Amino acid sequence: MAGHIPLQQTPTTIKVTTVSQEPKAIRWTLTFIALAFLALFLVLPLVTIFITAFQKGWETYVAAITHPDALSAIKLTLLVVLITVPLNAIFGVMAAWAITKFQFKGKNILITIIDLPFAISPVIAGLVFILLFGAQGLFGEWLFEHDLKIVFALPGIVLATIFVTLPFVARELIPLMQAQGTAEEEASLTLGASGFKTFLLVTLPNIKWGLLYGLILCNARAIGEFGAVSVVSGHIRGMTNTMPLHIEILYNEYQFSAAFAVASLMSVLAIITLIVKNLIEWKAKHT
Amino acid sequence: MNILPVRKRKRRNIIPGFGLSLGYTMLYVSILVLLPLSMVFINTTTMNWSEFIETITDERVVASYKLSFGTALAAGILNVIFGTIIAWVLVRYPFPGKRIVDGLVDLPFALPTAVAGIALTTLYAPQGWVGQFFDFKIAFTPLGIIIALTFIGLPFVVRTVQPVLQNFNGEVEEASASLGANRLQTFIKVILPELIPAILTGFSLAFARALGEYGSVVFIAGNMPMKTEITPLIIMTKLEQYDYAGATAIATVMLVVSFLLLFIINMIQWVTNRKFLHS
Repeated sequence: MAGHIPLQQTPTTIKVTTVSQEPKAIRWTLTFIALAFLALFLVLPLVTIFITAFQKGWETYVAAITHPDALSAIKLTLLVVLITVPLNAIFGVMAAWAITKFQFKGKNILITIIDLPFAISPVIAGLVFILLFGAQGLFGEWLFEHDLKIVFALPGIVLATIFVTLPFVARELIPLMQAQGTAEEEASLTLGASGFKTFLLVTLPNIKWGLLYGLILCNARAIGEFGAVSVVSGHIRGMTNTMPLHIEILYNEYQFSAAFAVASLMSVLAIITLIVKNLIEWKAKHT
Repeated sequence: MNILPVRKRKRRNIIPGFGLSLGYTMLYVSILVLLPLSMVFINTTTMNWSEFIETITDERVVASYKLSFGTALAAGILNVIFGTIIAWVLVRYPFPGKRIVDGLVDLPFALPTAVAGIALTTLYAPQGWVGQFFDFKIAFTPLGIIIALTFIGLPFVVRTVQPVLQNFNGEVEEASASLGANRLQTFIKVILPELIPAILTGFSLAFARALGEYGSVVFIAGNMPMKTEITPLIIMTKLEQYDYAGATAIATVMLVVSFLLLFIINMIQWVTNRKFLHS
């Protein structure tokens, strides 16, 4: 496990007896430190985004997010997410099925390989695709001859995003399906259901919350990925700029209100992600 | 008397799809992870050894290692201290709005790094809401980098320590108290040792993430060579100058460090799991 925290139970306050309870003063101080730290590091930046976004008024805000370049960035980001997330979801289910339902040699190595993208700098995740498909890359000449573009175009952005979000669904499903074992599937198969039917009617209902949880995290990262996409995109305005790259350009041009307007859209998505994530945790606990 | 060796009866697995699922998985990771990553090592071999050493020990590059390592370490330590306190408070003390606060801890996982980067820069710039209260510069110095990395790594320590505290057996604490230990002694001698593996895991995860982090750092760092230029940024700069060999050489160094960290994280978890199995 690197860079990923699996689905957990919603925290509840533990009841502690008086002997193992700290004095009131210490409790208050610790609570204050924790809340002050979170306010300074999490709440304040979030508030800044929305205040700066609306600093120059509602019209500037609307103009910023309806600018053709902004709209094309939003469209591109959505397109990338629509391709990336389902692919990694199918991979995640396949990988978890192979790893948890069967015994084979090298399983731990396979799990480590699936973990790799979490341990690697996003910049390197972009670099590797330049080395493969760039002008001087391994397939560079071949691609040029056939007039195909991968790097500095949509396929490159999709590949880099797939790379950085590859572990999310698999990482979520492996411990879950490991804990569930194979008994229910075996029962279904023994009773004559086909393999696919068993997966659909037995396995899928068991893993739906874990799957959804992985999807949500994968989706959030795919929308927001910056470093890897920045390397392979080529920053062509209105063409290969995703939302985070568009924010960077606006910010570097000192169009702060516009940059934060687009950033506020992404922040709303992030907040929705957190809410859905908590709902799933609650659901998983209560079913 | 000869005893026939007991043949271990292999349990026949009736679950279908082994070939398909494993084949698909292997193909997917080979094309999308192994092949791309191997390119880094293959491309490095096109350089000769002295060129390689020269590139990775260049003065400016070495300064970036020190900066990346130092700031990631500082952010990791901050996260260990405050992350443990936050996890403790979330598990042990009731306060209003706790569900919301708990959910908010994951914000750095959900918020795009570029968005976090520009927000933190605006806050900690000399004229910013927070920056104006300090006589010294925060944004555009290593201090700013530490703040961005602390933000990015915050959930790791909290989320690894929290479940351990939740499952902690309260009877042990009561026993410790009844044997005459005061609260601080109980914490240091009874509770903390149980938390150490989780804290170490959280620290390594946050540290590994911080070493490679790019999006949130580039805005707040100021990116001055020798002073506030992190290693991922050097790779980026070399790529923009079409110095692919140089970028790849430095990427090799970072990859080796990442593999080492991944290995250490797995070791910590392996040792911890073993300990649990034996006790």
